[in-house]
Amino acid sequence: MLKGRHLIEPMDFSIDELEEIFNLADEIIANPENFKDICNGKLLATLFYEPSTRTRFSFEAAMYRLGGKVIGFSEPNSSSVAKGESIADTIRTIGCYADIAVMRHPKEGAPKVASFYSNIPVINAGDGGHQHPTQTLTDLLTIRAIKGKLSNLTIGFCGDLKFGRTVHSLIKAMSRYENIKFILVSPEELKVPEYIKKEVLEKNNIEFEEIEKLEDSIQKLDILYMTRVQKERFFNEEDYIRLKDSYILDKEKMNNAKKDMIVLHPLPRVNEISYEVDEDPRACYFKQAQYGMYVRMALIAKLLGVC
Amino acid sequence: MVSINSIKRGVVIDHIKAGYGIKIYNYLGLDKAEFTVALIKNAPSNKKERKDIIKIENAIDIDFTVLGLIDPNITINIIEDEVIKKKIKLSTPNRVEDVIKCKNPRCVTSVEANIPHVFFLLDEEKGQYKCQYCDELHTFSEV
Repeated sequence: MLKGRHLIEPMDFSIDELEEIFNLADEIIANPENFKDICNGKLLATLFYEPSTRTRFSFEAAMYRLGGKVIGFSEPNSSSVAKGESIADTIRTIGCYADIAVMRHPKEGAPKVASFYSNIPVINAGDGGHQHPTQTLTDLLTIRAIKGKLSNLTIGFCGDLKFGRTVHSLIKAMSRYENIKFILVSPEELKVPEYIKKEVLEKNNIEFEEIEKLEDSIQKLDILYMTRVQKERFFNEEDYIRLKDSYILDKEKMNNAKKDMIVLHPLPRVNEISYEVDEDPRACYFKQAQYGMYVRMALIAKLLGVC
Repeated sequence: MVSINSIKRGVVIDHIKAGYGIKIYNYLGLDKAEFTVALIKNAPSNKKERKDIIKIENAIDIDFTVLGLIDPNITINIIEDEVIKKKIKLSTPNRVEDVIKCKNPRCVTSVEANIPHVFFLLDEEKGQYKCQYCDELHTFSEV
């Protein structure tokens, strides 16, 4: 039963509960007109303490498509936060007006604080570099929809695996499914944190390998999850220059990939995927953004208990 | 050998890891005590090579959770009429509230006042705790 629950981190929901959300998302995708009024009379509050156009639009579009309405702010200066109001007080007040709240905050753990004081469901829409659970739901639904399964897959993550919260969350989430293998492609400086390797991969006996060159293993992958290599993370600019081009996914690299491999990216893309790849039917990152809206529709409906 | 008289009524905090006595002494505010207090450092020990001991000639309330956090091997002896009336063995607490503050500058606790600082035990051997908000790891030695 998901009614009234909060979503603060991806592991808050069991595999069965996720399946409930994904099944509803499938129904919405198949027959969107059947769901266009289910949130009639309901209000979603978007509490965005930092700008995030895509995530906010995705939630707003989701609520409008369910027939609900949206209130909120997209930067703290336009709210009582500018007067120094605490998160606890903001959410208690918002709970008097809205039926469900979505929070984006630069500080890690802020949505969790909100959930402790809230009488309405709180959805974490990203808290600093910590968690972004609805991106994980998006990634899972996309994989499930396109590959038809969430097990027996070899997934490559490429780019900044150290600071990429979407990577950490998806590794954790995918680790709960059967026969998953990971190929982790990154420069030495941006490898997956040790705690992920120890507590998630090694603890669950999950097969993984760490490599530096994407072309060495692209042919083994069912899914390639690209992320940005961020210049600001490097101490030495020479290292950045040496490595940044290794992680530009282009047609040539795609030629060595499986015919049914899919390319995902949490977006926004900068230059890590060449525009020429967009034409390739295996490039699924824009479909992924669309699945993001559908999974948020399903999530809102489930947490409100209208479906 | 240093000789410290036995106490009539009070508390003896024994088997403190050598060097940690002063932390407990400071945490309990014993520097301001107006009753008799003895901090014994590097006393010989059968279990370990050296240990610290604190003897307090007064019945005071002690937060066992915090002492367990500093050193779970500590033993507390409650003394009445010069005999041990109660012996308390400590353990590493699973949950710690408002004892240590999260040092992660990106943690919500750095901006949100009036919320408890809560940590959960992650690795007993290493004494590692995880902040309930940001998951940052901390160790008991920071107390």
